[in-house]
This record gives sequence, structure tokens and C-alpha cells, in this order.
Amino acid sequence: MANGKVPEDRWYTAEHEWIASDGTVGITDHAQDALGDVVFLDLPEVGRHVERGTVFGVAESVKSVSDLFCPVTGTVAAVNDQVKERPELVNQDPYGEGWLVRLDTVDPIQSGPVLLDAAGYRALPD
Amino acid sequence: MAVGTDGQQADRTPLIYDRSHPGRRGVRLPAPDVPALDEAALLGPALARTTPLGLPEVAENDVVRHYTALSQMNYGVDTGFYPLGSCTMKYNPKVNEWVAALPGFQRIHPLQPESTVPGLLELLASMESILGEISGMDAVTLQPAAGAQGEFTGVLLMRALIRARGEERHTLIIPDSAHGTNPATAAMAGYGVAVVPSNVRGGVDLAALRGLVNGDTAGLMLTNPNTLGLFEDEILEIADVVHSAGGLLYYDGANANAILGEVRPGDMGFDVVHLNLHKTFSTPHGGGGPGSGPVGVKAVLEPFLPGPRLQRAPSGALSWDDNRPQSIGKVRSYYGNVGIVLRALAYILSHGPDGLREVAHTAVLNANYLRARLADRYPTRYDRSVMHEFVLTLASQKERGASALDVAKRLIDYGVYPPTVYFPLVVKEALMVEPTETESKETLDRFADALAAIDQEIDASPEALKTAPHHTPVGRLDEAEAARHPNIRWSAGGGPPESTGP
Repeated sequence: MANGKVPEDRWYTAEHEWIASDGTVGITDHAQDALGDVVFLDLPEVGRHVERGTVFGVAESVKSVSDLFCPVTGTVAAVNDQVKERPELVNQDPYGEGWLVRLDTVDPIQSGPVLLDAAGYRALPD
Repeated sequence: MAVGTDGQQADRTPLIYDRSHPGRRGVRLPAPDVPALDEAALLGPALARTTPLGLPEVAENDVVRHYTALSQMNYGVDTGFYPLGSCTMKYNPKVNEWVAALPGFQRIHPLQPESTVPGLLELLASMESILGEISGMDAVTLQPAAGAQGEFTGVLLMRALIRARGEERHTLIIPDSAHGTNPATAAMAGYGVAVVPSNVRGGVDLAALRGLVNGDTAGLMLTNPNTLGLFEDEILEIADVVHSAGGLLYYDGANANAILGEVRPGDMGFDVVHLNLHKTFSTPHGGGGPGSGPVGVKAVLEPFLPGPRLQRAPSGALSWDDNRPQSIGKVRSYYGNVGIVLRALAYILSHGPDGLREVAHTAVLNANYLRARLADRYPTRYDRSVMHEFVLTLASQKERGASALDVAKRLIDYGVYPPTVYFPLVVKEALMVEPTETESKETLDRFADALAAIDQEIDASPEALKTAPHHTPVGRLDEAEAARHPNIRWSAGGGPPESTGP
């Protein structure tokens, strides 16, 4: 069971990333709570090709260092420069100002073998 | 007292700079009787400093009082209980210091002719063979200066053997509960890492391991007992699986305190071992002294050990042999931290084989006693007897509003050094406790009572946890702010720090 807020208008991975229909990617409320205060984000450059299920970046918190996994295959269209300067945005607003990257993808952004809807994410085993 | 998040201007202990008074001196030097040098002419304008040095101007007693006051803020095994999981913070007997301070050891130099230090060479040779006997290994190098360097040395030895066999293998297998140094070591040695998950009992998942090993497997790095304090009782099968695939087994000796004299890594199937003298063998830890991470190997790996090696002539005399064509090369100057090796040897010889066995027995007894005393409020994830340490999960405390960090900080108010938190990562809200064998039942009881009291405070006075610690020179630090915007340079006037020049 994933704790915290799980908005209905996006899709989720079992590794606690979310993706919105426009390709915006971030980490979930549950993930930011488990990580604790995020202090550093290593995010890819715009234009980089990323593969679904592979590591696209790293989130470092006061507790640990965690890989960030791509929900879809595509190209990095935008990076949230503000969150790189102020990683606390990930903790304060994980579904809004704390977004990480936006991906251009041809993969369908919908429930399936990889992406879960909100109910599916909430039902994940602990 | 609390330090503000800007780290400046807060109600803090004065720095030596704060004690500075223009013109005050501890020692007054006579005027030079040789011509002064013009450093700008000698060094050129690019290198000669043009701004004041800004050194503190203080009297001798200012300096002595300042640093004595700082030393009194220290907390260590000489002042109190230090149950820092995975670190084996045992008391360091003072006889070790006496031995290392003997003039015959202190007043010698590594480049002295061997014939002038036969006694020391004998002791080093005897330490090699003692550590070989304890670990079940055929040859030992005392050169690595720390546990992580021992790991690096050990993995380079494995790589050298694999290459000498004409093979290229690219992956090391590491459990998900491992110390972070293990994957770091693998990466340093050019290996990729495959993570083997823990099974429901907290040990290596054998089936998953079988699925991971193949012709690309260089080996497995394992701590036994593991970081959960659990003994890998399937170790012989684990070793078989790895060896059958042509891989080697690396033993991370971080937790060797639990098995001293009872079971040897060499008998469990390991090919390489490092031992942390500063954990298991009571030499000073952290800032208290350099580390030492001797590495033991099975005979097949001996040709690759770092040089120089001690060799014994037919006459019985020991000398250094650096003619070792297959060696991975030196990993540290001379022969490691010899003063630390001497302290550890003093510890081993003053205990003897039965004493060392008793060390392990008492360390395991203390850990299990504490675990049982804490169990009603602080469960462990795996309901098994442990070895020398255990990992509590504070998931229920977290639900009631206090994180493992809050509980750890509150323990400081009770006069205890906080245990390791948030490691290993496989346990939620982890609090990792290693009492060691050197603590009395009374100390263990005080610790258990403190944790029980803190658990009650979570409901009765939650603020006491959130704002802890309260009696230390600095209070709760804003770790996130410190990591995000580190401000680590003092500057006159308390303004923003000078930029770091090239």
C-alpha cells in the first residue's frame, strides 16, 4: 500500500514515479515521504534519449540515494531547472512544482503492464 | 542553544577567531637577524598573497582553554555507551596504547635497515599468521589502511586471479542489505553490480542467487552475519553456487566480532577476507586513529598480494620481498598503519583464543538481551535470534508521529550516542543497534529504559522528540538545509563566507 496523496489524473510505476498525459514525470508523495528531505537531484539533459525502466536520474536525500526510473521510452523535452536549485520542491509539492522532467514519447500513457492508475498504485504491496 | 540555519551569528560555542584580540601573542619572536625576503619578487605577483592572513591573535592560555573546551565536548567510547550499529564501537583497552607507545616502536622509521628492527618484523609476521588462523586464510597482508581499502584490495586480488586464468568477468553480486562500500568497491574495480534480494528470513535468497550467477560472475561480496545481524546459515550452499559458476567469494569482515573463534570465513567457503582492526580488534575508531583493514586470502590468491611481503631466510631472519611480478601493486605506503596493527596484536594476545571466543559470545548475548528487552515496543523485522547486532523497525513509531531520526536525537538527551539510522535500506525506519561485548547489563538496561521512556513520550510529549537534542552544544541541525546550501567557511563579521578561490 502506497501512503500519501495519489491524484487520479496521472499514472504510476511500481518504483514510485508518476507521469501525466503530457509526459511530465515526477516522484510520488509516498516516495518523497519515504526519502525524507531531498537535497540533490541529478537530472538528464534536454534531448537525451531514455528507455522505459532504466535509470534517468538520481534523487539524494538526507537518508539515502535513490535511482529514478523512466516510466516510458522517449526523449527529454524539458527539465525542471527550478527543482534542481530548490530540491525541497519535491517534498513540498511532488505533483506540482516538484516535477522533474517532461518526456516526448510515443509509448501510450495509460494503464498497462508498466503503468498503473491511481487505484492500482494505491493497491501496491508494501 | 541552537544554531541558526545560516550557521552564523547563532548562540554557539566561540571559535578561536572569536577570541582574537589585535596584537595578542602566545610567543614573541625576536626580530630577524637576516634580510627579509621579498616574496612577491620571489614568487611573482600571481602567487604572492596580498590580503591579510586573518589568523587569530591569541595568548597561549586562550589556545589551551579553547581546545580543551572543544575536547570536553567529545563523546566517545571513553565517555559513554556508543551502540552504533555496524561499527563495533567497543571499548579500547589502554594496554593497547601502552604497547604502541613503547619507544622501540615509536622511534623507528619504515626506511630503517631491516636488521635494525627484527623485533617489529617478528610481530608483524606473527600478526599475519594470527589473523590467518582467525579467518581461516593462508596468507595475509597488513597493508590496507581501512576496511574500504581492504575491500578494494580484495576485489583487485579477485580480478587479478580471474584475469590470470585468462577470463574476463564483469559482475559482482551483492545483497540488498550490504554495506554501501561493497557496490562502491565493485564500481571502483570496474565491475557492474547485480543485487541479490533478501529472502523472508533476512538472508540471501538462494533461488534468486542461482538465477543471477553465470559466466560473467566475478564473485559475491557478503557480510556474515549480515547487516541485519543475521547469520547466513545457508552459506555453504551460497558458496557452492558461486564457485560452481567460476566466481569467488569475498568476506566483508565488518561483522567479524560475532564469530571470533567460533567459525572462520575460510571454512565457510570464502576466498578473500578483510578484517577491520578498528572494529573487531579494539583499535581507535574514526577520528581517534587511522584504520587498518588487513586482507587474508586463500593460497591461490597469494601471488597477487600487494608488496612488499615479509619473507623468512633460511637463517630465520625476516626481510621485505618486493620481487612479486604478479602482485596488484602497493595499496599504501610501507606496510600499512603499523601502530594500529601493534594495538590489535596487544588486544589479541591479551585475550588469547578463549578470550576472543568469549568476546563473540558476550557480544551476541548482549545483542540478544537488548533485543528481547526492547521487543514489546520496538520489533525487528525478522523474528529470529540475532548475532552481534539487530535492526529495529520504527514503522509503528512513525505512524504515531516520531521518526527513527527523532528517537535517535532524543536518545542524546538520555546520554547515549544514537544508533545507526536508516540503514540497512531493506528495513523501514531502521534503528540499528550494536551494543558490543564491553558493556555491562546495567548500561544495557539504562539504554532499554531510555528507549521505553522515549516511546511513551511520542504520545505524551511529542515536542520533546521533535526538538531534541536539548543539552548539547548544538541542537537539532537542519540537515537538509546544510546539504542543500552548505556554509562551511568562517568569515570575519559573520557575513557570507568568502568564495572559494582557485
